[in-house]
Amino acid sequence: MLDIIIAKYNYWIYIILMMIGFYAMIGKKNLIKKIIGMNIFQTAIILFYISTAYKKGGATLPIIEHGHGEHVSHAIEVSSYLNPLPHVLMLTAIVVMVATLGVALAIVLKMYRRYNTLEEDEILKAIK
Amino acid sequence: MTDQFPVLIVIIPLIFALITPLLGWWREKLCYPWVILSLALCMLCSIFILGKVIDTGVIHYYLGNWMPPWGIEYVIDHLNAMMLVIISTTGLIVAVYSKKNIKQEIDGSIVYFYTLFLLQVAGFLGIVITGDMFNLYVFLEITSLAGYALIAAGEDGAPFASFRYIIMGTIGACFYLLGVGYLYIATGSLNIADLARLLPDLYGSKVILVAFAFFFTGVAIKMALFPLHFWLPDAYTKAPSAASALIAPLMTKVAVYVMLRIMFTVFKPSLSIDMLPVTDIMIWLGIAAIVAGAVMALAQTDFKRMLCYIVVAEIGYMVGGTGIANSIAIKGVILHILNDAIMTLGMFLVAGIIYYQTKSHNLTDFKDLFKKMPFTMAAFVITALSIIGVPPTCGFFSKWYLIQGAIIANCWAFVAALLFSSLINIILFFRIFEIGYGFSEADGHEHGHEKVLISEAPMSMLIPTIITAVGIMLIGIYNQPILNNIIQFAVPKL
Repeated sequence: MLDIIIAKYNYWIYIILMMIGFYAMIGKKNLIKKIIGMNIFQTAIILFYISTAYKKGGATLPIIEHGHGEHVSHAIEVSSYLNPLPHVLMLTAIVVMVATLGVALAIVLKMYRRYNTLEEDEILKAIK
Repeated sequence: MTDQFPVLIVIIPLIFALITPLLGWWREKLCYPWVILSLALCMLCSIFILGKVIDTGVIHYYLGNWMPPWGIEYVIDHLNAMMLVIISTTGLIVAVYSKKNIKQEIDGSIVYFYTLFLLQVAGFLGIVITGDMFNLYVFLEITSLAGYALIAAGEDGAPFASFRYIIMGTIGACFYLLGVGYLYIATGSLNIADLARLLPDLYGSKVILVAFAFFFTGVAIKMALFPLHFWLPDAYTKAPSAASALIAPLMTKVAVYVMLRIMFTVFKPSLSIDMLPVTDIMIWLGIAAIVAGAVMALAQTDFKRMLCYIVVAEIGYMVGGTGIANSIAIKGVILHILNDAIMTLGMFLVAGIIYYQTKSHNLTDFKDLFKKMPFTMAAFVITALSIIGVPPTCGFFSKWYLIQGAIIANCWAFVAALLFSSLINIILFFRIFEIGYGFSEADGHEHGHEKVLISEAPMSMLIPTIITAVGIMLIGIYNQPILNNIIQFAVPKL
């Protein structure tokens, strides 16, 4: 059991982080804490994607050395380079995250100006 | 030029949305014709694409000429060609309709409203047209983000409803993203057609099952399937009328479309129907959604909130119909996507007009509305009959196929739920007819001389509503050509 945990520790961390975020989104009453939870939740997914790109055995950045000039013809060993695609996908996902964070914060700001509080139950009371 | 239509249909609203704030900064009045122009172009493109798909079959468009599976590909078959027409037409109708009532409801931020409006439509179109799993996620987030902002612009309490929607929507989108990640680990591909080719060999793998579970849960949150529907009634009730008229018909229907794609295109029916017990779960979730939606709708005194619970029940129709999973039921589901989009649109347009005239959604304020607004209420009656399922309105035919499919599959609980929901709908709408005509007070009192003046809504609101009502009748009458030319080809081979 311990071997499994240690061998794939990044995946375990991703699950733990995700659950922390999930708990904060559901359990916390404060809206800012909910947003922080949402961010942790999304960051956990980034960790998951980046972990999948990793290869054991000294794989390095996918920048092909001697790609130009005389050595063009040599074959490229796939296993010696990391998979770049998950990183690229996560760049897009980060942009989406930032946009979500921005919209969420703007809405919270609007609520704070209106009700003068950030606690969920107090806002609910003010609406009714 | 016509070869480029698949990409233009997404790019037009996107580019127009970027230019809208600049244009609005210069002349605010130009925004309205500008939005109409962009959505009209979109609609022309989508109708052209639909015609081409009917003539020649599936269209593939390779962005930047990168061949799939490496490049992003747009794939248009009969199902998404139909969805494109639904989305762009709904967008155009709501845009025409929005002129007067957003001035009343959110005066001062009209420019931003239209920007978000176009972004939202662009997102919907993108979700439907794309043939790439990750691209679908990005478009899903574009729509959702625009939707959050549009909803937050509404009346008191709207920001809070929108905040709840953000939390739920983000969980849904993240689950979808995780599903994409698991599929990518297993196959190394993101292209839907490529995944469909690679996946059957891996159906035993747990990774695939987990991916399926993540997809299903994520999409279920986005479409507000019954136990996960809590964000919907608040968000759609409190949004500005024009925003709810755009989001309510489309968001849930697009999510149903994504569900159909995942179940029958990405995964083959051999996994999603034969190997997993998911169809049984879907039937029961559908039944629960129908019953709960109908009962909750009955308990509401707010017109718009009642409509929201009807939307929840309608989602139950579609999910349950997909769970029955024979070709007649699926035909009913796809027809119901079209019908429900136009019925929900009609209802929310009427709700918007009533709010514009009376400043209220409350059912008790509906007194004498039939005399005050005869045309609006005529449209309302047609839409209501369609939701109840009276022929020849379109709602009857999709319900008919759903019930027929359920009977063939011996799924009597679903038939019972459908009939129960129809009965509840009769009660719901006849209650409103009664209030609107003022039957309940006419007996005993002699106040018939009191003259009620006709105060109909402005033309820019009335005409889209009447067009929608006529559309409901036309789709009902011409349902056979629609079925034979489009939907028949969209039904997956089971």
